[in-house]
Amino acid sequence: MSARGGRAMRLRGLVRKEFLQILRDPSSIAIAFVLPVALLLLFGYGLSLDVDHVPVAVVVDRPSADTADFTATFDGSRYFSPRRMSDMGEATEALLEGSVDAIVHLRADFAARERSRTGAAVQVIVNGVDANNARLVQGYLDGALSTWLLQRAAAQGLDPPIPVRIEHRVWYNPDLRSRNFLVPGLVVVIMTLTGALLTAMVMAREWERGTMEALLVTPVAAGEILVGKLVPYFILGIGGMLLSVAMARWLFGVPLVGSFWLLFATSSVFLLVALGMGLLISSVARSQYVAGQVALITTFLPAFLLSGMIFEIGNMPAVVRAITHLFAARYFVSIVTTLFLAGDIWSVVVPNTLALVLMAVIFLGLTWRRARKRLE
Amino acid sequence: MLGRILTLMKKEFLAVLKDARSRVLLVVPPMIQLLVFGYAATYDLKQVPYAIYNEDRGALSRELEAEIRGSGYFREKARIASSDQIAPLVDARDVLLVIHIGPQFGRDLASGKTASLQLIVDGRNSNTALIAVGYVRQIVSRFNDDWSQAHGLPPAPARIETRAWFNPNLESRWFFLPGLIGILTLLITMLLTGLTVAREREQGTFDQLLVTPMRPFEVLAGKALPGFVIGFAEATVIASIAVLWFRIPMLGSIGTFYLGLALFLMSSVGMGLMISALAATQQQGLLGAFLFMVPAVILSGFATPIANMPEAVRLLTYIDPLRYFLVVLRKLFLEGVPASILVHELWPMALIGAVSLSLAAWLFRARMY
Repeated sequence: MSARGGRAMRLRGLVRKEFLQILRDPSSIAIAFVLPVALLLLFGYGLSLDVDHVPVAVVVDRPSADTADFTATFDGSRYFSPRRMSDMGEATEALLEGSVDAIVHLRADFAARERSRTGAAVQVIVNGVDANNARLVQGYLDGALSTWLLQRAAAQGLDPPIPVRIEHRVWYNPDLRSRNFLVPGLVVVIMTLTGALLTAMVMAREWERGTMEALLVTPVAAGEILVGKLVPYFILGIGGMLLSVAMARWLFGVPLVGSFWLLFATSSVFLLVALGMGLLISSVARSQYVAGQVALITTFLPAFLLSGMIFEIGNMPAVVRAITHLFAARYFVSIVTTLFLAGDIWSVVVPNTLALVLMAVIFLGLTWRRARKRLE
Repeated sequence: MLGRILTLMKKEFLAVLKDARSRVLLVVPPMIQLLVFGYAATYDLKQVPYAIYNEDRGALSRELEAEIRGSGYFREKARIASSDQIAPLVDARDVLLVIHIGPQFGRDLASGKTASLQLIVDGRNSNTALIAVGYVRQIVSRFNDDWSQAHGLPPAPARIETRAWFNPNLESRWFFLPGLIGILTLLITMLLTGLTVAREREQGTFDQLLVTPMRPFEVLAGKALPGFVIGFAEATVIASIAVLWFRIPMLGSIGTFYLGLALFLMSSVGMGLMISALAATQQQGLLGAFLFMVPAVILSGFATPIANMPEAVRLLTYIDPLRYFLVVLRKLFLEGVPASILVHELWPMALIGAVSLSLAAWLFRARMY
């Protein structure tokens, strides 16, 4: 028999053995298919940064036609759900309790000062604990005030007293739906977990049970063991990935502007990195317990916090930015959000894909070396 | 009985700490992660990269440009001379924002008409886009006020004066760091408890433990206490780093912090042991640990508000101990509220802890392989 024929046969045997093992312990299949679907369902609906119907306490010290005119702007708006309160004491309590996010206070002299040279001040108190929310609420209130000023000027037949006005156009996500970038980001986080979970324990399990030594004394080469492990989990992982992309597109309505095949190709590379990372963890740790701990530490939180899926990387200090380069999720988030929302933009796709290829080579190469050399 | 628990606890401590790699894993990564994530987790933008496309070039437009440059929020990456240069810059994510000042700008402004300023924003991350537009809006509104005052225009009949309580400069790091204390404490307890029972099951030593005179309750205590002790110690160090290094205010009482921490550890150790007792193999234990930890973190209200979630998902967050602990941490650190206000966060953690610990003890025996 030729050397090549022998290798093909050995590989087939290894892949078959791995498949049988997967079928007997259904947890791998659960990881590949149930985990992505369940998590994406939960998080796709659960995560949103679009704030509307902000509960706001409205306190008017001396109600009049003018104050009613002003507070009416809140009533029709989808951004606010206003609550009238009789005095500041009640409103303060509501703010402390967290049942409202802000207080809008019109003091007794509102109507008088509105017509004077100085203009009236609308007191706003926001709860600053959630600073991002507080900023958004502030922005909404500013918007409500400008709308009111314009309407008022128009009603009196005056020019609006605004020297410079901003007109903004948003590219790629014109409605600013936060789901459009959170869902592709979540796909990346979930695939990172799936990849690592599938493989983080397989090599360690073989070492722990002593079957790795048994494999090493057979004519099977280290590279063949690696490929034998990779192929079945790669197929499972691609299945999970396709499910997630389909859900993002059709269930959550994220537009896929770029080409599907480019997404498929880059996803495959990313999956190789994720699986390779799991294999590396498990061949370095050699004990399932330690491998599990390493996987818990190195996969989820970095993919969630350092990938740019939620916190902007360009905004981090240089040292932290350098650290983000160690995590594959960072490159893939860039690719996926661009392919989904902006299209096939080569200046984003090419460098990030190259980085992923490099990581795949490093992870799989290191795993291969460890499988080959180490027998203690 | 106490003697037996102590013996088992000693054995558990040895099992956790004797492996040098495990020991390092438990102590070093959570500290590093706090430092790295502490700097990474913020929604405040600095140095937003932008390009300017100024067709006006008069003194007035330059004045506005200077305001933007001097604000500290923005970093000018390019000046462009034609509109077809916009797309490549935005596409490649070289700039987040293009500020376009049209040829009419100065003339409109000087003649008392409303001049317009166009922004083109990369909306791939809609949150970042909104924040960046908000910054420009702030600068322009200051510019407008100055302009009106200098030219004797009547002021707007009403204006907003905002005060932010508890976080006057609206630093979003103050919001995220207390959250990170909770997340990393959860990670540590999962590392300690998520795989322990499963490992003993796989190695057969758990069966041996069950045939000793030890009761399930005693086994539980022996397994849970190391999680408690190490969790307490590490949470203390992490919280100290948050206060001393990141300068997060800690207005509440230390006693309330430890009360909240104790209840949170009880619930998360309980969840970890329950998962571990359910799993037949370590692989299943790891899967369970992830299936608990990932939703617990993402749906805790750490990065996106719980108020934004649909009803069905919100119901699920009620069994997430981290959800309650994050409220306790934020209210305690930033608002300094007394324990009496936190009752509605404290009792659910105690309940989750009691239920999950009892279930874990029951599963020790009920689930034999």
